[in-house]
Amino acid sequence: MRNCNAIARREILSFFVSPIAYFVITGFVLLSGYFFFNLIGFFNHMLLRSQAMPFLQQEGPSLNRWVIEGFYQTLVVVLVFLIPMLTMRTIAEEKRRGTFELLVTSPISVSDIVIGKYLGIAFVLFIMNTLVFGFPLLLVSLADVPVELAPVFTGYLGLLLCSLAFASLSMAVSCFTENQIVAAVTGMVTLLLFYVIHSPAQTMEPGIAQSVLNYVSPVMQLRDPIRGVLTLQGGVYFASVIVVGIFLSQRALEMYRWR
Amino acid sequence: MIRVQHLSKTYGEFVAVSDVSFSADKGEIVGFLGPNGAGKTTTIRMLSTYMPPTSGTAEIAGFDIVTQSEAVRRSIGYLPENPPLYGEMRVVEYLQFVGTIKGVASKRLPEAVERVLEQCGLTDVRRKLCGHLSRGYRQRVGLAQAIIHNPSVVILDEPTSGLDPKQIIQIRQLIASLAEGRTVMLSTHILPEVTMVCSKVVIVNKGRTVLEEQLSALPAGRSLEEIFIECVSRSAADTGHVAV
Repeated sequence: MRNCNAIARREILSFFVSPIAYFVITGFVLLSGYFFFNLIGFFNHMLLRSQAMPFLQQEGPSLNRWVIEGFYQTLVVVLVFLIPMLTMRTIAEEKRRGTFELLVTSPISVSDIVIGKYLGIAFVLFIMNTLVFGFPLLLVSLADVPVELAPVFTGYLGLLLCSLAFASLSMAVSCFTENQIVAAVTGMVTLLLFYVIHSPAQTMEPGIAQSVLNYVSPVMQLRDPIRGVLTLQGGVYFASVIVVGIFLSQRALEMYRWR
Repeated sequence: MIRVQHLSKTYGEFVAVSDVSFSADKGEIVGFLGPNGAGKTTTIRMLSTYMPPTSGTAEIAGFDIVTQSEAVRRSIGYLPENPPLYGEMRVVEYLQFVGTIKGVASKRLPEAVERVLEQCGLTDVRRKLCGHLSRGYRQRVGLAQAIIHNPSVVILDEPTSGLDPKQIIQIRQLIASLAEGRTVMLSTHILPEVTMVCSKVVIVNKGRTVLEEQLSALPAGRSLEEIFIECVSRSAADTGHVAV
């Protein structure tokens, strides 16, 4: 634990000494703000329309459905592209400057290295997600129409879990290469594929294949928390993805030494 | 302290190290010599447990490098060819970090950091970022990280390459001071360095040991340079040990 802690602290230090963390966090907050602004605009538009044509819709548009759910769903897509930017350098950079040799010839295990690095990334993700959580909170405090609070909080939790799962997979992919660009591109491709993995299920006959695809899809798993429901199944799912990513990273690094 | 027996490493068809054997005892400084591409760095990487050997065995401080790898890593201090520094860390932070992952107890860490700062002449640059240090200081920080956990075996891969003459002398003095109670293995291709610092010499060529001898037992009247050239050129045809 002491070793993981030391590696994580060093990782966080290097994130904030280099411009990467600042760029990724700023980019994420800017994009989130832009999407949030658009969603509010869209909501206003729909509200005016429903007021002008009350016969078309029985209930008015809900802030939860139109803004908060949409906001979290859009952010998942942004994360697909930004998380590989955070994970691409974790191992590639160590290999490039020779410090990987220092780490693996120290009396610590490869698991310590991988978990420590993952915790460092998780810290940055926590900051990122918490900063953009400000937007829905602002909405809740300023809106003069009723807003259901539970989905705001469970949605944030779901987004955080989803980004942790993405980071774990993206880190695993980056462990197979020494080149940061390759790590970033393969990370993005992997996450994008993971994001749309349930697409074939939509046109499938109901059956095992369809349920499996729907189960492994982060988008499907995020539906519940975004709508305000926390399930044990969802928690187990995200935890499993994180564990699989860490396990693959550990294997990849062991393989690098033994080849 | 170091026992290497028939160590070899192959990458597919390419043989990097084919048969390296030698030994070194406590208090000895072994000069590990060889032309470029002789397999020095590969051998050192196997001894430091960075990569496993294809065949052969080696013991460091009584532990096998493959089956007791963690105990070996605890017992060695290793300075790779390029000092493994994190440019964004201050010297003192870096040494604290390395001390922690090398298993120095938290209570004894400040004392260990102070000891190596003092020993390697780094007290003036303790607050500087590793990335801003000159080549000589980087090398010293590299040495400091190698000895912070007080290892019984220290392995240094070309510690004086790229340094100016004054820095080379300082690093050599530092290395000489390390030998007390330890085994030091020093890879180099600067021959006078071996005569000045080492007590034993091991020459490898094309992945094989071609000479292992105490420096004092080398024939008088012949320079190490002559012996080295002879070993390296003769071993091209003959694969066994060279008699000097």
